[in-house]
Formats: sequence, structure tokens, C-alpha cells
Amino acid sequence: MSWLSNWTWPTRLQDKGIIGMNRRNIRYIGRYNSRKLYPLVDDKLKTKLLAEKYAITTPKLIGTVSTQFGVKHISAMLAGHNGFVIKPAKGSGGKGILVIEKVIDNEFVKPSGAHLTITDVERHVSNILSGLYSLGGSPDVALIETLINFDESLMEYTYEGVPDIRVIVFKGYPVMAMMRLSTAASDGKANLHQGAVGVGLNIATGAALRGVQFDRPCYSHPDTGHDLASLRVPQWDTLLNLAAGCYEMTGLGYLGTDMVLDRVHGPMLLELNARPGLAIQMTNGEGLRRRLDLIERQPDGVSAQERVAFARHHFARQSELGASPDTTAANA
Amino acid sequence: MSRLPFYLIVGFLLLAGIATSIHRHIQFEIPWVPGEQRQVWEIEAVITFNAQNGPVQVDLALPANQAGYRVLTENTASSGYGLSYSADELGRQAQWTIREAAGSQQLYYSVQMLVAPDARAPNQPPPGLATPTPWESPYETAADQLIERAWARSANNATFARELILDINGERQGENARLLLTQENPSALIVRLLNQAGVQAREVSGLMLEDARRRQSLSSWIQVFDEPGEQWAIFNPTTGERGRPENLLLWETGGRAVLEVEGGTNSQVSFSMLTHNQPASAAVRNHRSQDTLLNFSIHSLPLEEQALFQTILLIPIGALVVVLLRVFIGVKTSGTFMPVLIALAFIQTTLLTGLIGFLLIVAVGLVIRNYLSYLNLLLVARVSAVIITVIAIIAAFTVLAYRMGLSAGLTVTFFPMIILAWTIERMSILWEEEGPKEVLIQGGGSLLTAVLAYLAMNNPWIRHITFNFLGVQLILMAFILLLGNYTGYRLLELRRFKPITEDEKPS
Repeated sequence: MSWLSNWTWPTRLQDKGIIGMNRRNIRYIGRYNSRKLYPLVDDKLKTKLLAEKYAITTPKLIGTVSTQFGVKHISAMLAGHNGFVIKPAKGSGGKGILVIEKVIDNEFVKPSGAHLTITDVERHVSNILSGLYSLGGSPDVALIETLINFDESLMEYTYEGVPDIRVIVFKGYPVMAMMRLSTAASDGKANLHQGAVGVGLNIATGAALRGVQFDRPCYSHPDTGHDLASLRVPQWDTLLNLAAGCYEMTGLGYLGTDMVLDRVHGPMLLELNARPGLAIQMTNGEGLRRRLDLIERQPDGVSAQERVAFARHHFARQSELGASPDTTAANA
Repeated sequence: MSRLPFYLIVGFLLLAGIATSIHRHIQFEIPWVPGEQRQVWEIEAVITFNAQNGPVQVDLALPANQAGYRVLTENTASSGYGLSYSADELGRQAQWTIREAAGSQQLYYSVQMLVAPDARAPNQPPPGLATPTPWESPYETAADQLIERAWARSANNATFARELILDINGERQGENARLLLTQENPSALIVRLLNQAGVQAREVSGLMLEDARRRQSLSSWIQVFDEPGEQWAIFNPTTGERGRPENLLLWETGGRAVLEVEGGTNSQVSFSMLTHNQPASAAVRNHRSQDTLLNFSIHSLPLEEQALFQTILLIPIGALVVVLLRVFIGVKTSGTFMPVLIALAFIQTTLLTGLIGFLLIVAVGLVIRNYLSYLNLLLVARVSAVIITVIAIIAAFTVLAYRMGLSAGLTVTFFPMIILAWTIERMSILWEEEGPKEVLIQGGGSLLTAVLAYLAMNNPWIRHITFNFLGVQLILMAFILLLGNYTGYRLLELRRFKPITEDEKPS
């Protein structure tokens, strides 16, 4: 019966409050996310413009390319920028994002160290425009943003890529958070199913709860070897407030917010997701069900600060990474 | 938010679906399981004559329900002619009329006869004996002698008829018979003699049914009313054999002319016929379709369109399989309903050929698509190029298979090419972005779904049910609506979320 050992019973998942795909789709996305609001988050350009209106910090826009003709002028647009990110406005799952760390002698250097020519960059933009990375292959717009100078305190926890923080915001309450650390296995991408490390974060403090790679527990970063227990996200309250504010901004009840920490600008909104995945439950070692049930019982019309305070109070947790000296040091 | 309307709709769909299905089962006697095949004969009669610039009236005797055969449907084609059917105790007739016609005319009548071993002829009372036409002197003696001899050697009407036939047509044909045959043709002579002896008999016309025969004509048979059995016995007028051959269809049984044309010359009728098998249910359906005006269903469509619908009505089954696998199992596929289309292609190609063909096409397509990605093309142009590539691959495989004598390989043309092209495109992008493992997972999921959908859609019972009971579509709809409401875990999630349930004890 060894093959059965990889499986569990539905009742045990239920006890843990785990939410499955079907429940997420019907009960939360279907009920709280109105279809007509999707374009706000599916189109990163719209999200960005909206965020500006609501004073939510996002990486600075260098420019957009919307026509194949415009591709020719891209080098002029990039002049003077040493690092930038090109992304499709309607991309999903991090597809089609090109990160250039620095420009040396008209050569564009990726975080992996690979060099690209301007032709490569132009081809990438052209692919974005023709809809290669967009949902359903519809024509798209390419966004060019400034590179995030991400906070050095988190540098040790990542390999090549930028670690981002995913906060699930339900009816404006931050309910669960995790940090995604890119690894060599994930090729510098922060996608959990590609091998990035997911670290569950304590909503109360922003400290690490639990690390997971490929759905199995993990206690240190596989590449840098740094202990995950000491991980603690700075400016946690600002970050939660930013995330909670996205509810007012979009009107979406069940929302995944992807944030990054910039050295200068602090927490920044990277993108929003109207269909956030369920892997966050794995990284937290806890199901979403109880927290969502609790939020559903809360009245509407509460301000963002109050919601954040509520969440920090009710969703506090103990780290499972062991009471190592690092943890105490970080908490001090 | 009340779910009541939803459950009302589902309940209504279920009830309506079940009710219409049961109604069809009872009203049209369509069995729940595909039954045995019934043989159906399609017979076409062509009447040709030369019209003489004036009014024309054509009477054609029509076949009726009889022992072994049942009339399913009949049609006529005759431009400009008025048409009426009539029936009396002697049989059915069609009458074409026109005010003015000139030149060569052709009228068509076609009928579908169901081979029904249990079918019986309607009870025909014996007609009153026709007053025998008296013979002229030399013939009268000959006739009397013939009757006398046959009578002496027989015990009842049937044996008397047999003896008489043998005396007139058989090896025992004597002088008397030869003399009488100068006056009448054999069948008419036999009937006349039988009547003269007080035996009710008549000459009937029948058609020997043989598959794919054209330009056939009717043959003559003799029916004798057998008193003890109270029924008509049939005799071959040349051999005297009693009994109806299996493949004899009686076309005219009233003793009347088969074809009568007024206002035309050189009239003749010829028959062509074709047999095919169809499910008993379909045969019954055809039989009923003329009965009710309200039979507003796809089964009233021409056969060709019905065949098309047979496939279309299976698509919901494939969709149901996809929904089940997605919602309950959590299988990943490349393109949600692509597997259904592949399964439809499998129905044409058979499973093994289909699988091999699909894998070959996609594999070769991926290699070529890989090269296309170096060319740095716009998406639409690239997918179009892949479509052409797929067509080329299919053409190459077909020719290759034909040359190697593998007729099964010819069926790869049934694959939906544009869908295949998109599959290749998606798989290729998936390969670049997520690596070959994800391609295997999604490709394998798609194939698994396609195979399961194929097995479901190719099941004879499911084919029978979906095609014959349209109400089943409503039931499927209700089920799919219910499935769309399922918030429980998917089977594969029991594996995915397993680590959470065993935590808090670091290994």
C-alpha cells in the first residue's frame, strides 16, 4: 500500500481547513470577484494607472509599446536606463517578463548573466505585442518599468531573482501571506511549481513560519544556505496596508496581491491576481477556510487600517521553524 | 443569494429529460438498449410511358403490410402530377393525374419495407367466386378433363391447386393443357380452372427481393384460399411449390392490374432495390414518423443529416467526461475541450491508429515548430505556418501509409488540423517555459481525457441512448450544472495537500 502513502483523506484536509480548487472557484472567486472587474487586474497597465490614482506605490513606468512600429523606437526609450523590466500587460504566471539588470556597451545583461542584444530585446517586445504571453493569445501591450532595487535585508534569501510577497486579501482583510524566493532550480523565477521556495509569513509580524520547496518542508534556502527562520519582512505594516488598500482600488473581494520591497520606496505593488493559487496554504501549513469564514462574518465598511489591525490580531501564529537563536534575534 | 432557482432549473431539466425519454420509450417503442438489427429494403418503382398530348391517368398498385414485411415509409417523385392514394379491401393504389403531358414520362415511387418475421397480412375474406367464363366447345372438354384428373388426385383445395399446376406447367403437361395454353397464359389459366372447380383463387404479382438489383419486373404467383386453414396459400405457378419464398414481396394481391395508364403508350414499370440494416429502433421510428404531425425531432430529417447529428449528440458526452476529469480528478489538459475533438477523430480512425497518428503528428509538428521559433515570426503567421505543416504531415503520412498498404493510415485525415496546430503551438510554448515534464503531464492528461471520452462516446449503448432519446441531453445538462456546483476536493488535491496534514513534526 506504499503508493497510498502519498494520499490523504478528504476529511483530513477538511479538518485542516484546506480549500480546494473547486471551492476557491465557486465559493470565493465566483462569488466575490465580479467578472467586469477582471480587466483591471488582468491588464497590468490598467492596474498601474489605477494604483497611481489610489496612491499605491508601483514600480515607475518608463514607457509602453503598443504597436509593432513602436518596437523600432525601443532603444531610444531605454536610453539612460541602466536596469529595467519588460513585461506583457496581459501576461499570466510571470510569463514573458524580461529583467535586465544592467546595460554594458549596448549589451543587455540578465540576472543570470546572459547577454542580449537590442535585436533580442526587440524580438521579445514584438512577441509580447503579438500576444505570445497573453491569455488567449490576444494582441498585447508591452510595459517597460524601472528595475526594483530590492531591499538588501532580503538579499541572502534569494538566488538571482527578486523575492516577492504574496498577500491574499479577502474582502479587504489580509488573510494569508507568503514570500516566494527564487532558486537555481526555479531559474531565478519566483514560481513555486518551478522550484522556488515558498515561505509562509506570520500576518502579525511578517516573520517566517514555514518553508516549502516542491511542496515539501524546507528549512534553509537551497542555494544560499541561509536559514529561513531568521527571515522577517521589514515595513510589514505598510505592506499590509498597501495590500488591504487594493480592495478599495479594484473592488475584487478575493484578491492576490504581489508586492516587492524596494530599497528606497519601500513596499510596492507589483501586480494583482484575481485568481490567486492555493499553494499559499502549503507554505503556511494551514488552510484558508477558517480565516475566510471569520472574515465573512465581519461587517462591511471597515477602514483599511482597522482591517489590517484585525488581521494582525486574529491571524497571529507561532513559527514552525524552531525556536532557533536566529528567530529570537530577528524578533528582538 | 438563494440557490433555489438553480435547483429548480436542474430539477426541471432532469424531470423534462426523464419524462421525454420515457415518453419516447413508451410511445415509439424504442428500447433502452440497442437491439438487434433489422433488415430494410428500399424499393423504387419507375413508371415510364409516352404521353399523347392529353390528360393522363396512371394507376399503380402498391404493396401493403403482409406476412414477413411491413411498410415503413413511401415517397413519390412526379413533377407536375397530381397524386392520390387509395385503399380498399383489394389493396392500395396510387393514382397520378395530369391535364396535359407529352413525350416520355417518368414517375417514381419508392417504398421502404421492413423485414418483420412477425408481420401478418391483414385478414382478407375470400372474395365471392367469380362466375366462370364458359369455355368454347373444344376447350371446355379439355378444361373439364384437367379439373377432373387433378381433383381425383387431390384431397383439398391446396393439393388440388398443386396438381393442377403440375398438370399445366409441369412435366405431366398433356395435350389438354397445351390446348388451353393457346388461349390463356399459364397463371391466368390456372386461376380460371381453379375458379371453375369452385376453388377461390387469384393471380397476384410479387417482386423477388435481391440486393442491388435494377430493372426488375414483377412475377406472377397464385393464391388459393385454403378452407381448413382459413387463409391464403401461395403457389409458384411454374413448379407448383407451395409457400412463399423468403424474399418474395407481394406487390399486388387484389387480382387487379399492377399498372394502368390512360392517355399513354408503351407504359411499363420496373423496379430497383437495395437492402440495408438498421437498428430495430430506427426501423420502428421510421414506421411511426408518418403517423404524427407532432413528431418534431431530428429523426424526421433525411438520413444523411441524421448521421451527422448522431455525432453531434455525442459531444455532450465528451464534455461530461472532460468536466468529470477536471472537477473530480483534476487532470490537466492542453486546451479544455481539445480532447473531445481528438476523441471525435478517434471515432473515425479507431483508437490505436488514432493514438499513433496523433503522437506522430504532434511529435513531428513540435520538431518543426521548434525550428519556426528561430525564425522570429508573428504569432498568427507562426500558427498558420504550423497549420500548413500539420496538413503536410498528415498528407505525407497518408501517402506513406497507402504506399505501405496500411489502409488504416488513411484515416488520419479525420484529425481536426487547426486544433492540432494550436495544440502543437501550446505544447511548444509550454516546453520552452515549463520544460518537457509539464508537456508530458498536459499532453498525457489530454490524451487520457481523449481516450476516456472516446471510450464513452464509442460505447454502442451510449450512442443508442444519445441518438434515440433527445431528453438525455437535458439530463446531461442538469448533471453538468450540478457538477459546476461541486466545491469538494479534487482527487489529485488529496495528494497535493498531503504534506500539510502531516506537519508539525519536522523530519
